[in-house]
Amino acid sequence: MSDMQTDARKPYVRPMEGWWRKNPFFVRYMARELTALVVAAYAFVLLAGLWCLASGESAYNAWLGVLRHPVSVALHAMALVAAVYHTWSWFEIMPKTMPPIVVGGKRVAARVITATGVVAAIVVTLVLFLAVWSIKP
Amino acid sequence: MKTRSNAPIFWALFGAGGMLSALTGPVLVFITGIAVPLGFLLAPEVMSYPRMLAFAQHLLGKLLILAVIVLYLWHAAHRIFKSLHDVGIHPGPASKLACYGTALASSALAIYTVLAIGW
Repeated sequence: MSDMQTDARKPYVRPMEGWWRKNPFFVRYMARELTALVVAAYAFVLLAGLWCLASGESAYNAWLGVLRHPVSVALHAMALVAAVYHTWSWFEIMPKTMPPIVVGGKRVAARVITATGVVAAIVVTLVLFLAVWSIKP
Repeated sequence: MKTRSNAPIFWALFGAGGMLSALTGPVLVFITGIAVPLGFLLAPEVMSYPRMLAFAQHLLGKLLILAVIVLYLWHAAHRIFKSLHDVGIHPGPASKLACYGTALASSALAIYTVLAIGW
């Protein structure tokens, strides 16, 4: 861009720092986008576990030991909050990110789509948890 | 001839990973990161070495593990790549390589690892 500058004076560049803090809508937007870092971090935790599992029992048990560390549990508790926010925000914006659904000549309302997604997430959560819970040692 | 955009591929992976993580993220984080390590509601033996090895040696287990790790990573990579714009890092080959490249390399590692675990 600098080669297009014909004026010798220093051009004014509007600062970007903290632009999103001025509006609650953009704060929610940034929070929603930040959940991607948590999703990535959790995927890497699982990838590390997978790698340890392939490396043998002692490596895998070392990974389990890291997961039992209070710092890990605290980080996972924060990740849980972010994951729940990701679930909520994902279905909140779904009416805007998916093609419109028309039933009986009327477009399905945004809140119906969001509610359906949230209910689906709750069902999946309960089914998965009960499936793991029913495993007998 | 006009080259076709590769954007739909990344968007599809972003959408699939976003949906999968929206449905399974909270409960998986709770199970693997809180309940099993603390022995709270779930027994620690649920994730014992023999049990997880048997899970990862089964075809269905391999597919589930890969679906979670790979799709979560592609979802995150695409979202981070797009969001870097909002903090002043504009889309370019370097940021694209950093985001999608990490997802690609990690996916390859995950696929290699589930195969290395055997059957």
